[in-house]
Amino acid sequence: MVKPLIITKDLVKTYIMGDIHVHALRGIDIQINEGEFIAIMGASGSGKTTFMNLLGCLDKPTSGSYSLDGIDVHSIKESDLARIRNEKIGYVFQSFYLLSRTTAYENVELPLLYRTKLNHEERKAKTLLALRTVAIEDRAHHYPNQLSGGQQQRVAIARAIVNSPVFLLADEPTGNLDTRTGVEVMAVMQALHNQGKTIVLVTHENDIAAYADRLITFRDGRIIADQKNTNPRNAAEDLKKLPIIEDED
Amino acid sequence: MSLFSIIRIAIKSLTRNTTRTFLTMLGIIIGVAAVITMLAIGQGAKKIVDEQINSMGTNVIIVTVNFAASSGSARGDAGSGSLLEVADVEAIRNSVDGILYASPVYTTGGQIKFEGQNWRAGIMGVDVDYFNIRDMQIESGEPFYRSDVVSGNKVCVIGQTVAANLFSNTDPVGKTIRIRNIPFKVNGVLKAKGQNAMGSDQDDVILAPYTTTYARLLGNHWRSMMILVSAESKERIALAQQDILDLLQSRHRGTTSEHFVVRTQTDIAQAADTVSNTLTILLASIAGISLLVGGIGIMNIMLVSVTERIKEIGIRMAVGAGKRDVLLQFIIEAVMISFIGGIIGIFLGWGAAKTVGHYMKWSVAVTPWSVMLSVSFSWIIGVFFGWYPAKKASTLNLIDALRYE
Repeated sequence: MVKPLIITKDLVKTYIMGDIHVHALRGIDIQINEGEFIAIMGASGSGKTTFMNLLGCLDKPTSGSYSLDGIDVHSIKESDLARIRNEKIGYVFQSFYLLSRTTAYENVELPLLYRTKLNHEERKAKTLLALRTVAIEDRAHHYPNQLSGGQQQRVAIARAIVNSPVFLLADEPTGNLDTRTGVEVMAVMQALHNQGKTIVLVTHENDIAAYADRLITFRDGRIIADQKNTNPRNAAEDLKKLPIIEDED
Repeated sequence: MSLFSIIRIAIKSLTRNTTRTFLTMLGIIIGVAAVITMLAIGQGAKKIVDEQINSMGTNVIIVTVNFAASSGSARGDAGSGSLLEVADVEAIRNSVDGILYASPVYTTGGQIKFEGQNWRAGIMGVDVDYFNIRDMQIESGEPFYRSDVVSGNKVCVIGQTVAANLFSNTDPVGKTIRIRNIPFKVNGVLKAKGQNAMGSDQDDVILAPYTTTYARLLGNHWRSMMILVSAESKERIALAQQDILDLLQSRHRGTTSEHFVVRTQTDIAQAADTVSNTLTILLASIAGISLLVGGIGIMNIMLVSVTERIKEIGIRMAVGAGKRDVLLQFIIEAVMISFIGGIIGIFLGWGAAKTVGHYMKWSVAVTPWSVMLSVSFSWIIGVFFGWYPAKKASTLNLIDALRYE
């Protein structure tokens, strides 16, 4: 049973900078189904970041339609967009974007504080579950500056999944990490995918994209390739082959 | 997001930079403390004035001549100052309803001597009724009596200040002092009354029968007289005031109501209240300006704080914070600074008012009203000056905020 999660039709984004119109996206039609692990590839300036912003409801398209989990996102109010971001989407960013001077636990709890009517116990249970899923619970009361890059990114992934979103949106999640830690993070992503999570990963690294099962390539604001990856790499297996260079803890 | 969570976040971010938070708060603390202190001092001053006016006596009416109106009048030959006569006092006492006491008051002054000690004091020639009107108590000895007034005996009672300056160690009662070289026997010493509403010492006084004063002391001096009357009740005062005015006009041919000034204690109290209220408002306004400056300090720091935390705002928005959540977060931070500052300010102001009161021997009064005023004012300041930075934070573009370095 294939259930469409994301459907975009002729999605266009044009930035107006003075007299110059920058056509970042020139009409994107795409369907992403539940349970897919998609890598969006492309050089910088290809429009992949703009597309990710629209997909993540961080920005609104100039024209075209975008339906997420049955909701016409392109036509809803700004205040409802915040709710969509909170309930439907989990973000993982390149530079983690954790709140400094705030513990890992509190960072993960953050999405639950907005818009949800959970009591303290329910929040605690969900937060701990998310931390456990990415195997970082022993660092729950550390501050971001006391954590390694890989640990920080795992906290960020925990924050992304804590409110059980319909899909994860990861923007270059391994961009700030060394190879081994990058593969570690991909292993976490693949594990989540195996549990049924839909994941959209934006990257320019072929090595990283190889862990996804569908590859979409952008160039000049258009999709130029959309192919299945019938034989994705297994991050957990790769990790065993990689030498442990130095322990980060 | 629940209000509790927002308050928790606000406390967290305020404690993140305690020095800065405290310095910002200091502006509000000083402002509120200043308002509280100034209002307390103003209220205290008013209380003192009220007490002093009450110390004049009870239900007192003061009758004087309006010199401006009576100069050059038909009776100018006798000197406008002497328009009022002793007979007027009798008339008021006998024919105005609701009058308990009435006394003429001749005021003069002069050199007083006792065994080589010298002093200058105000001398008042009064009737025995005067003691009742002004509620004058005798501390030692006795007052003078109607017979002394009738016979024009050279007796007197002296105030505490006079007693202290003329008689350092001896008991004044029964001694003879010389007022302008005329011997007067001291019948008694008055109880202390303190300063009056105008700030003069009510104990630096000598009371003598008006007959004696008129005959012995006034001589060719200014023989102006005023009449002090006491009504039987507060309710009678207004009526008696009018009756006295009518009576005086009918007794003195060719005069109008312009020639006499009949003032009641209430009139004086109201005039004094107007002055002290104006003073209070003035003091509080000046203090209010410092509160305003404190508010601007909050706005300044909140703007800095918003700029510093653009990225944080972006992250919060990305995980689901709406504009309203961000707006509320920053407003609550501002309100917390001003509110906590306000509370500390109240205690500081209360302490300052007590200290001022202690050293100046004033009865300062921190009223619940002034506390409520400054607390609500500090709330309003927090919301007002927190609004703009918070609005700025909540209208940030999400992507710009997230990518802000």
